[in-house]
Amino acid sequence: MGLFALFSRWPLLRQLRNKDSTALGETAMSARSEKLAPRTVQADKVVRSICPYCAVGCGQKVYVKDGRILDIEGDEDSPISRGRLCPKGAASFQLVTGTHRVTDVLYRRPRAMQWERIPLHKALDMIAERVKQARDSTWESHDDKGRTLNRTLGIAHLGGATLDNEENYLIKKLFTGGLGIVQVENQARI
Amino acid sequence: MPGLGISFGRGGATTFQQDLANADCIVIMGSNMAECHPVGFQWVMEARERGATLIHVDPRFTRTSAMADTYVPLRAGSDIAFLGGLIHYLLENERYFHDYVVHYTNAPAILREDFQDTEDLDGLFSGYDPETGKYGPHTWQYEGMDGVVPAAGHKEVFSEPGAGGHGKVRGKHITEVPRDKTLQHPRCVFQVLKRHYARYTPDVVSRICGVPKELFLKVAKTLCDNSGRERTSAFCYAVGWTQHSVGVQYIRAAAIVQLLLGNIGRPGGGIMALRGHASIQGSSDIPTLYNLLPGYIPMPHAPDAQRLAQYIHNNESASGWWSQFPKYIVSLLKAYYGDAATKKNEWGFHWIPKLTGDHSHMSTVANMADGQVKGYFVMGENPVVGSMNGALQRKGLQKLEWLVVSDLTLTETAEFWRSAPEVLRGDVRPQDIQTEVFFIPAAAHTEKEGTFTNTQRLLQWHHKAVEAPGEARSDLSFLYELGRRLKKLYADSREEKDRAIQALTWDYPTKGPREEPEAEAVLREINGCTVADGKPVSGFTELKDDGSTACGCWLYSGCYADGVNQPARRKPGREQTWVASEWGWAWPANRRLLYNRASADLEGRPWSERKKYVWWDAQRGRWTGEDVPDFIADRPPSYRADKGDRGLDVISGDDPFLMQADGKGWLFAPSGMMDGPLPTHYEPLESPVPNFLYGQQCNPARHEWRRKDNPMHRAWGDPRYPYVVTTYRLTEHHTAGGMSRWLSWLSELQPELFVEVSPELAEEAELENGGWCTVYTARGEIECRVLVTERMRPLRLGGRRVHQVGLPYHWGYTGRVHGDSTNDLIGFTADPNVSIQESKAFTCNLLPGRRSHDRRAAFGWEPWPLPPGVVEVPRDLEGVGPPEQPPQDKE
Ligand code: SF4
Ligand code: SF4
Repeated sequence: MGLFALFSRWPLLRQLRNKDSTALGETAMSARSEKLAPRTVQADKVVRSICPYCAVGCGQKVYVKDGRILDIEGDEDSPISRGRLCPKGAASFQLVTGTHRVTDVLYRRPRAMQWERIPLHKALDMIAERVKQARDSTWESHDDKGRTLNRTLGIAHLGGATLDNEENYLIKKLFTGGLGIVQVENQARI
Repeated sequence: MPGLGISFGRGGATTFQQDLANADCIVIMGSNMAECHPVGFQWVMEARERGATLIHVDPRFTRTSAMADTYVPLRAGSDIAFLGGLIHYLLENERYFHDYVVHYTNAPAILREDFQDTEDLDGLFSGYDPETGKYGPHTWQYEGMDGVVPAAGHKEVFSEPGAGGHGKVRGKHITEVPRDKTLQHPRCVFQVLKRHYARYTPDVVSRICGVPKELFLKVAKTLCDNSGRERTSAFCYAVGWTQHSVGVQYIRAAAIVQLLLGNIGRPGGGIMALRGHASIQGSSDIPTLYNLLPGYIPMPHAPDAQRLAQYIHNNESASGWWSQFPKYIVSLLKAYYGDAATKKNEWGFHWIPKLTGDHSHMSTVANMADGQVKGYFVMGENPVVGSMNGALQRKGLQKLEWLVVSDLTLTETAEFWRSAPEVLRGDVRPQDIQTEVFFIPAAAHTEKEGTFTNTQRLLQWHHKAVEAPGEARSDLSFLYELGRRLKKLYADSREEKDRAIQALTWDYPTKGPREEPEAEAVLREINGCTVADGKPVSGFTELKDDGSTACGCWLYSGCYADGVNQPARRKPGREQTWVASEWGWAWPANRRLLYNRASADLEGRPWSERKKYVWWDAQRGRWTGEDVPDFIADRPPSYRADKGDRGLDVISGDDPFLMQADGKGWLFAPSGMMDGPLPTHYEPLESPVPNFLYGQQCNPARHEWRRKDNPMHRAWGDPRYPYVVTTYRLTEHHTAGGMSRWLSWLSELQPELFVEVSPELAEEAELENGGWCTVYTARGEIECRVLVTERMRPLRLGGRRVHQVGLPYHWGYTGRVHGDSTNDLIGFTADPNVSIQESKAFTCNLLPGRRSHDRRAAFGWEPWPLPPGVVEVPRDLEGVGPPEQPPQDKE
């Protein structure tokens, strides 16, 4: 490279030439950084979502390519968050794609020392049978004064504050409305 | 949430986060908003940029305090004294908003003659039953009334025999309640309020809270200067207020302040409840709570709800919006049981199980530890870390026959049988734990669709981006499959007890290769439809009580109006007005700022140009403005109810709180609260000092679990546990850590548990910054690092110096970063209204160095006895106090 060419790449000169007083524009770019692009541009779709942590309810954009999540960023369209996410919201990409995710159904037999894998449909069958057994054996149709109770206190539930409204609706409907389980609770109390 | 519900009519934040920018003054109390709701805090900062004053009142100096104009340190657990002091100040100095108070609150209503205040009874109200440890609210009534139905809270207290309204509709004579609009009558609410708070003077506030008098007066003055016709102030709170044995009354106290200042229903005003989970508001609205059905419809109690008619009579109000109650319950039963719900079988009402008392989380766990619960479902929650007395929770899990945990990863709750401290130590062997455990991997929010309800009652739809990995499934799918199996198992039964599950409607359409149920179909059911043609209704006003409509949650009715998924609306904020009504959908009826009729004066004109929001358009004969009017759209301000009017006719043009039986904001709660009509300062169950105001030390109606595995300290001044401790959250972690402690990005930022202490305390307890410390209570002990900081300050209470320490609570024994669980220190005690535990103020002791054992009362450790010469002191006046276990329903 000739001396002149080298000299003309001197940032100060470029800054003067480009009238870029803050040096935040093109002057700051190198040949390499000029070619860089955010990984989100590769996305084949952008799905609108909501941060799953706290109740501020920040908008999220989920960038997807070939059925995999590339990144999650704040949604600048949201009138509440205006594109921002806090450290938790910004970490939700790791929350959903991280190696901590367990993707098998696990089962621990009574008194066992280890988990074992079982298929989902089998687990569902087993749980349904246990629900029936526990419900039937603890059913209270009436109290000692002959008043209708129609319930079981032998089964309980906890959870809901991080779930969708639709999921909470089915919990209450199935457990309380269908099975007579009274002890249905969530974090709103805790 | 009943604190807001009972005061104003609905259990949700009265305003929305963006509206905070309109405030002239914001008081943040019981919340560290900058760190716990960081993105919401931008609206507070925006208000500050527009010139608002920010006040932060909190035991700890935090990043919120750093941004505040005024920071007020106060003793954890003394907030009612502080708020009561504000009420005293603005009544004494006549700084309340006169016209608003006279017309929009129940200040002029006259109470019965036999009402007695805590001033008369040394800390008790009239109506206390020493045998049950409960209050009956009949003496708290308006004069001449047969009882009013509260819009929220414990409606059933009135349905108890002898309580007034048994078996007949209450509130018929609401228009005849004597009122004194001059506010002079000695028994009018205004005067009662004045007397109740007469002793909450700046000196007393200073004495109880440890707040210097001048600082308190500065807050009071700033707040008053920024309220009135031209200006408005807002309050923000979080669990720093709710997690106390008098938590609901904290919120009631703020509600009284805001009503007196005329700050409710107006832009830049209100009470912003800051919730900590993506859908915690939703999980109360469509409740996974034992005592509620969707839309705050109370679960039936066995003694008072054997028949539908009896249940309806106990819950509907003759006046106000709850006169619509029959429509909502019948439509819900139709949604649950479909064609099987007929008029003849009372729409299947008897299939809904009946309560007989408290069946809340803590009662359930206590029963579990006693071996009475066989099976337990835990979905997206980690009670072993997130709930109080974690060791007792684990003891409960050990006694189960089976446990189902659904989560993203193996939480402490899922692994209690193999990596809990008592197991690792060898005190309990896995071979001896007979509990069968199922772990169901859950789908993440990006792998399913549905709605979250955020802190401002806003439903926002999240779309599905990708398929869940492996066998992970949404809880929706899990429940749907489980329900199908159970319906099959019970299909051939002829037993009466199995009719409900047989009748339950469960035919949701499925989609995708895995045949997962469609969340949108569930949303449709929640919205409601006309049974005949399945057409979605446009809102709850279309619901009927004749079985012709079905609706899963009347409060959310309208979220699928016109067959459109309203929560999925995403018109960019910058293309709308600042209210942004076309982003998502807010309950009720897409109203963003509740009670907004109060933003206009008696004649329906804005109180001021500056605070214009909703007003009466006389030409069109309608309410109009920036938002959906929270009022009957065409009812003129001049309309007055007649004697004998019923239902919605009772709502006059000057009744902005239309959910309330009398249309007014409740300064005084004649019904609905379990622990008194007015907030009163009681000490936490464990306190450094006796109650300065009353002989009654603690909330007389609190819940207590007196068990060997749940020991408590001396009521006050326990020499074994001299320090006040308060727990809190960090920005980088989320509650029990299930969604944060497994992420390296977050764990790196906050790797381990620490205790915040002041330099003075560090010296007294010989603690070193960065060194180890053992924190212990009678329930157990934990170890953590020491953070010596001037952000914690010793307080002066009279002549005494009181130290406070702060403890975050996110750690446990599994995950990427481990640590002891702070909640192992906390006992089971609860507020009687909502059964929330007291984790924001209790006492502890500190020792330098690491713990040598891992003592837990739940596993047989016995705390040290009181030193010789020190005796127990009572928490209650003679003959007062909770019975042994949380009270069961009485005959
Ligand atoms: S550290 Fe915090 S402030 Fe800095 S870029 Fe990351 S999220 Fe933003
Ligand atoms: S990004 Fe942060 S502030 Fe926003 S919802 Fe998520 S956790 Fe809350």
